[in-house]
Amino acid sequence: MATEAHPLVHEAPQGFVWKYIFSKDHKVIGIQYLLLAMVSVVIGMYLSVLMRFHLAWPNAKLPFSDDIMTSEHYLALMTMHGTIMVFFVLTTAPQSGFGNYFLPIQIGAADMAFPTLNMLSFWFTFVSLMVMVAAFFVTGGAPISGWTAYAPLSALGEIAGPGLGLGQTLWIFSLAIFCGASLMGSLNFITTTLDLRARGMSLMRMPLTVWAWFITAILMLLAFAVLLAAGVLLLLDRLAATSFFIPGGLVVSDQLIAHQGGSPLLWQHLLWFFGHPEVYIAILPGMGIVSHVISCFSRKPIFGYRAMVYALFAIALLGLMVWGHHMFVSGMSPYSAFAFSLLTMCIGVPSAIKTFNWIGTLWGGKIRFTTAMLFAIGFVSVFISGGLGGIFLAQPTVDIFLHDTYFVVGHFHLTMGVAAIFGMFAGTYFWFPKMFGRFMNESLGKLHFWISFIGIYAIFMPMHFIGLAGHPRRYADTTGVDFLAEMNPVHLFITIVALVTVGVQIVFFLNFFWSMRKGKKAEINPWHATTLEWTVSSPPPHDNFAGRPPTIYRGAYEYSVPGAPQDYSPQHVPEGVSAPVSDR
Amino acid sequence: MANNQSGSGSRLVAATLAFILVAFTFSTIYVFAARVWWPPETISLMGPVIDAQLVRTLIICGVIFFLAQLLLAFVILRYRDRGQRAHYSHGNNTMEIIWTSATAILFLALGIAAESSWAELRLRGAAPGAVQVEVTGQQFAWNFRYPGPDGTFGRTDPTLINDSAGNPLGVDFDDPAAQDDIITPVMAVPLNQEVEVILRSKDVLHSFFVRELRFKQDTVPGLAIRLHFTANKVGRYEIVCAELCGMQHHRMRTYLEVLPPDEYQSWLQEQAAF
Repeated sequence: MATEAHPLVHEAPQGFVWKYIFSKDHKVIGIQYLLLAMVSVVIGMYLSVLMRFHLAWPNAKLPFSDDIMTSEHYLALMTMHGTIMVFFVLTTAPQSGFGNYFLPIQIGAADMAFPTLNMLSFWFTFVSLMVMVAAFFVTGGAPISGWTAYAPLSALGEIAGPGLGLGQTLWIFSLAIFCGASLMGSLNFITTTLDLRARGMSLMRMPLTVWAWFITAILMLLAFAVLLAAGVLLLLDRLAATSFFIPGGLVVSDQLIAHQGGSPLLWQHLLWFFGHPEVYIAILPGMGIVSHVISCFSRKPIFGYRAMVYALFAIALLGLMVWGHHMFVSGMSPYSAFAFSLLTMCIGVPSAIKTFNWIGTLWGGKIRFTTAMLFAIGFVSVFISGGLGGIFLAQPTVDIFLHDTYFVVGHFHLTMGVAAIFGMFAGTYFWFPKMFGRFMNESLGKLHFWISFIGIYAIFMPMHFIGLAGHPRRYADTTGVDFLAEMNPVHLFITIVALVTVGVQIVFFLNFFWSMRKGKKAEINPWHATTLEWTVSSPPPHDNFAGRPPTIYRGAYEYSVPGAPQDYSPQHVPEGVSAPVSDR
Repeated sequence: MANNQSGSGSRLVAATLAFILVAFTFSTIYVFAARVWWPPETISLMGPVIDAQLVRTLIICGVIFFLAQLLLAFVILRYRDRGQRAHYSHGNNTMEIIWTSATAILFLALGIAAESSWAELRLRGAAPGAVQVEVTGQQFAWNFRYPGPDGTFGRTDPTLINDSAGNPLGVDFDDPAAQDDIITPVMAVPLNQEVEVILRSKDVLHSFFVRELRFKQDTVPGLAIRLHFTANKVGRYEIVCAELCGMQHHRMRTYLEVLPPDEYQSWLQEQAAF
């Protein structure tokens, strides 16, 4: 911990390239990550719109096109939608974006522990995205094996289907690069949190956002290492004629495959050993942000701060031990299902602790409905609804029917998709004034919230319903199966709602970029919040605290302390002193 | 505070948000409770056990869902900013212990309740004398093989596989046990008799899914997965693929015919004639 002038302060860089492109400033890198995620989310959303269009009108030509979508085209869009959303949006924005920007400031540090590594980590992510998008433009197009890339479909090459040649190879390369970026990033987060806290910032005084980023970084370190290994093995199977995932005696399109001795289940174990923690990598930062925002706008300390920290740890630890619940009907030993099932049910416990504590924080509060707060409350509601779907899928007996149906699609979109994205929206509306010195427009923000909140439930709850009726997922259209005909009206309904909901996201983007230049000016601490990011100017200077790191006197969420001069007691203000004038 | 919208604004927002939560909660519970969408009537001996666990889960999750969403709506309405002072509290350990242990007991009990049916479905082998059917998935079709009167499947060899020559499974017809094997693109099983399926794949993963049987299992190349079911209602049901297997995954569909035993026998003889 630094006590005097910070040892890692580096000179503010000169020139556009070093300041904004190859920057080592954690705040610039954070914004770079957020912009990369915004580009990715636009691509990902566009792909989903095309898919929804095809599901609602399977025989219609696509808009602005003379073509009717083919099934391989649909599967390529589906694969890329999942991949881009999971990696370049849900992993990138909440952790690398907001985490990079706010973790150092919230613990009173001048920057990340390894600024060069930080820059490298962003540029790896950027190259990774370029390689991923390139898969669209190569012969055969993007892969059709889904974001889970189950072997042997993903291992056999072009013979198994279009996009499984060069497209799939690029897909694996891209993810391997992404793994490298994530490992660098997580090392940086862990070291920074442990070593660079300001004087007095004990672990139990850290904002819950910092706890969430810290624990997520540990998960990333453990999970992405395994994905990297799995990706290398898959590449070797494809390029070097090894057989990690390909068993002997396969016959594809009447051709005998030369490999032998591999196991398709091995891929699933490795993928889900990464893939289940990935769910928590996506949502834990959102939980941190939501706790942060709910405490501020309830004007109350977090209910059960320690329980919240322990629950984050419990979710992360259990999250590493439950990957097998994705594999109940995969052909793995049915005995292991008992352990995976009960451990998965256990995750319901820390999840419930968090939910109760959020409601406990709201209880007895003085709730202000800013747009950030609305999205935080929306997160809690969506997390309850989506999380309970997990209780069904955690039981192998029930999962036999629901596995690989739209019930699963609805469930994971609500939890790791929408809840995580609501966490990001809460963070964006909350921190925008700090990042850009101006407010986002609250009226447009509320419009964005209302339509998004109603929209996502109207999209994803009906998916639970048709999943309960047995609609398998990953179907390019419903024309090949008789029992799906009666579910077509639901697809049409979902598509129409999705078009409206996607449309209102345009309002968000307009609001974002308009407010950057034209929004109402924000002072240092507009929400009257307690944590350190609200003690520096908006936007903060290059080294955050001008070489004078703050001293911390109290926990992160001291709101409405009896006898205090105002209803918030900032972490850096000594006992008996009221907040600085600039703060009010 | 720059964006302080307390007062009349917050009342409308709180009421709207609470209303959406309540409306959403009731409409969701209605769709589940009225069974607007529901699995089709089961035709499997074990189906009612699976359905009972599904209903049990639905009731428990439904109650939690209802209480949690309405509680959220209540606190939003009750504690909106009306100029009051927020209650200063860091929590309550007794309550933490109560809801931690309550959810732990509830969820674990529910999980344990599901386990005996899983053991019955997946740990117990088929009874001796069960009707055997080998199911083999391939891009993008299902093949079914019956051992014929000798009760033994003939040898197979992947090098003999030739779809266009009518040997999709690579059955070695030099093997005497293979002479009477019956291969069909449609599956038939006798009513009220236990059936042992042996699930295989020629190429990539597929998943054998019959909604009415409450039966789903991936077919994995390199593995022969043995499972069992007993169908107790005559009829024709769709078999679909539930694991992404390539371009025509959504068209990989065939039928399961559940036939009275005598009709099943004559069906087998008909197929053998080909």
